[in-house]
Amino acid sequence: MATLHTKSAARAMMSPSVILLFCWMAVPLAMTLYFSFLRYNLLMPGMEEWAGLFNYEFFLTDPAFFSALFNTLILVGSVLVISVGGGLLMALLLDQPVFGQGIVRVLVISPFLIMPTVSALVWKNMMMHPVYGLFAWLAKTVGLDPIDWLSAAPLTSIVMIVSWQWLPFATLILLTALQSLDEDQMEAAEMDGASLWWRFYFIVLPHLGRAITVVILIETIFLLSVFAEILVTTSGGPGYASTNITYLIYTQALLQFDVGGASAGGIVAVILANIVAFFLIRLIGKNLEG
Amino acid sequence: MARTVSTRRRLAFTALAWTIALALFFPILWTFLTSFKSEGAAIANPPSFLFFDWTLENYHEVQERSNYFHHMWNSVVISFGSTFLGLLIAVPAAWAMAFSPTKNTKNILMWMLSTKMLPPVGVLVPIYLLFRDWALLDTLAGLVLVLTMVNLPIIVWMLYTYFKEIPGDILEAARMDGASLGQEILYVLTPMAVPGIASTCLLNVILAWNEAFWTLNLTAAKAAPLTAFIASYSSPEGLFWAKLSAASTMAIAPILILGWFSQRQLVRGLTFGAVK
Amino acid sequence: MCTIRLENVTKMFGELAVIPGIDLQINDGEFVVFVGPSGCGKSTLLRLIAGLEDISGGAILLNGEDVSSLPPAKRGLSMVFQSYALYPHMTVHGNIAFPLKMAGMDKAEIDKKVMAAAKVLNLTEYLKRKPRNLSGGQRQRVAIGRAIVREPSAFLFDEPLSNLDAALRVNMRLEITELHQQLGTTMVYVTHDQVEAMTMADKIVVLNRGNVEQVGSPMDLYRDPANLFVAGFIGSPRMNFVDGGNAARLGATTIGIRPEHIGLDREKGLWRGVIGVSEHLGSDTFLHVHVEDVGTITARTGGEWTLRHGETVFLTPDPDKVHRFDESGRSMARAITPDLGALPRHVNGAPASGAPLQ
Repeated sequence: MATLHTKSAARAMMSPSVILLFCWMAVPLAMTLYFSFLRYNLLMPGMEEWAGLFNYEFFLTDPAFFSALFNTLILVGSVLVISVGGGLLMALLLDQPVFGQGIVRVLVISPFLIMPTVSALVWKNMMMHPVYGLFAWLAKTVGLDPIDWLSAAPLTSIVMIVSWQWLPFATLILLTALQSLDEDQMEAAEMDGASLWWRFYFIVLPHLGRAITVVILIETIFLLSVFAEILVTTSGGPGYASTNITYLIYTQALLQFDVGGASAGGIVAVILANIVAFFLIRLIGKNLEG
Repeated sequence: MARTVSTRRRLAFTALAWTIALALFFPILWTFLTSFKSEGAAIANPPSFLFFDWTLENYHEVQERSNYFHHMWNSVVISFGSTFLGLLIAVPAAWAMAFSPTKNTKNILMWMLSTKMLPPVGVLVPIYLLFRDWALLDTLAGLVLVLTMVNLPIIVWMLYTYFKEIPGDILEAARMDGASLGQEILYVLTPMAVPGIASTCLLNVILAWNEAFWTLNLTAAKAAPLTAFIASYSSPEGLFWAKLSAASTMAIAPILILGWFSQRQLVRGLTFGAVK
Repeated sequence: MCTIRLENVTKMFGELAVIPGIDLQINDGEFVVFVGPSGCGKSTLLRLIAGLEDISGGAILLNGEDVSSLPPAKRGLSMVFQSYALYPHMTVHGNIAFPLKMAGMDKAEIDKKVMAAAKVLNLTEYLKRKPRNLSGGQRQRVAIGRAIVREPSAFLFDEPLSNLDAALRVNMRLEITELHQQLGTTMVYVTHDQVEAMTMADKIVVLNRGNVEQVGSPMDLYRDPANLFVAGFIGSPRMNFVDGGNAARLGATTIGIRPEHIGLDREKGLWRGVIGVSEHLGSDTFLHVHVEDVGTITARTGGEWTLRHGETVFLTPDPDKVHRFDESGRSMARAITPDLGALPRHVNGAPASGAPLQ
């Protein structure tokens, strides 16, 4: 169904979205790129001068950059593994006949609906507090020494918090996919003598491939820019132990007012994200075609 | 389920599922309970679960201290405003992509998705400076604008997948019946896509309500939504857990309840229709 | 009221010429059926007339006026879709009223017209229902109602009956034909079913791979198919084709005989064959007879037919009804009755004057 009328109308109707998004992406990105070559600090207005690659050199040789890069990868990787793995197990469990499945689903999805600042604060104070937190109380009840989670294991703590937020999402998407699995196919495999494990491996897992791809894509988009959880709990510390790239650039821009340095960091973050996106988009494009 | 399962097996699964679900839900439940305790009871050791003196005092104090309703109103304006604006721009675009696809449609969709991959921090500085120069810092209009752009790709994607399920025949019938393009979208497409549009709105409201990067960095007090309101409780000015809990409960309750009622649409929406 | 004229209309999808070039004249008040196998371009042609697709070349004229670049709404045509394309969120009343609403008619007038249309189509008691609560036949009628209220200059039907079950299809066929006789409006009807084409059309346009194979009245096509394609497409069961020696003796590359033009005899006849499958329809029986050197021939006979699988039967084509085709598949003149005597004759022992069967 396409005539010249509809085609030109289509172009006209698509252009606001495309133009706005393009501006939203291109203009600030160009500015970031420009700033990244300047010595530009908001505390010293009027002192801007061409800095060449200095900002990049500074940012890339800063030891903080490497720990931030490392932390970002650990954070994204661990949360993906925990949420997809745990989500798969949860989905398989919830796919079984369970009394009150509706309520269970409601309970499980809840963490996903909580705003990051709230979940970070609740975990920081009421769960992980070394004296009054529930974890401390639990540890003491079983006779262990309570841990000061956020200073002893800051990155692990943040991984826990973020995983708690994303596990429900993975669970529910995988569950939805599981429930669309053709019962006949499973029964046919059972008739063919396939054991439970083989049925899972050859039928369930391939069926879930698409859903798992979607989970990985969406979670990666959001996990690369985890921010509020860090800001509220550890502020990136101690030292840089729980600083990710996003948070590192934030500190440079809005705490140290170093626009040039932050911009160079921003460009580095964009390049890193592009590398990740390149593979993800290919993966997703292939998987969403079918 | 075609087969019958023994009651014992069913009970075992039920027990396991409920245990895990309650464990996942526990932090929320705990926050809710704590919000009704006195500050002393909130940090009591051992903690008391139900047997404490229930009080509403914390809610009063939170409202008085940090004006909850002001921030709540900001959250409402930001999330609904950006959703509405996003829909206004995205519906025509999704129509075009679904019903008049070209060779480039898939590429444009992929490009839109890829803008979501752009780390916000990469454009934080210029946006911050532009907003400062245009006096948009700490304004609702500025936040609505930013969140519209942030979530636009998701809105377009979701609408696109929903629109694609509407048979093109029906739109052609409208065209034969003398409807103009605008009438076709207004009288035929939109009413048919109501479930899809509703679930798109819902997801978008939730995402905007909980968005914490831009709302924290571009606001101070005037336009600060609930994300920033809560963040202000993170400063270590003593252990006011009961008040923190009351504030948290108030910040999450509206969206939690909305999400509970619509979880199915929510999940389906978030998968871009890729998982049925 | 409406003549439709196609002048060298072409349609390309990319490099592919779906319609390489068609000239066609549809007269006012005619019921024209486009028929052909799937993928022959018949639906595309209809959509070109409707304006739902742009033509790549040529011109479409309505009442002598070139409408090639007009949008569908401005052409004044109505269309009934294969899927009915009813608006699921509107009631029957809303569906039928929609085109009038779009035309900006006032509400009282709309109600009057909708009621009138509903009455004609027996939909009065369903006006408040939504399409999903209607049966297939009722939905079909709503789609027709939506088409007739705006009093279009011509109706376009795109395989409107293909989603109905067999019994309902026969009914609706009659209803549409009756509607045509009542309204006297030009109708263009697309189908892949030659029975619909034969029973409904004033004029049939047989399409194949985007080309018009033949245009004519149903009986013209039946009696004088222009080529092998039309001969094979029109008529049910399909015409038997025989080539090789038997055709060559009649001066043709292929000869065609319809199943209903073959005489059957237990004792004698032109060809001797063995009965394979026999299909009993009650009123008729179709026999699939294996004839040596000729192939499997389908023959029609009366309902009460007693010979069974494996028995021998003799077939004799009606000499007046034998179609001859040349090597390019075109029909050859049938002016002279072919001399069947030229063909070798089989007799089952007995003299060639045994009593015919039945």
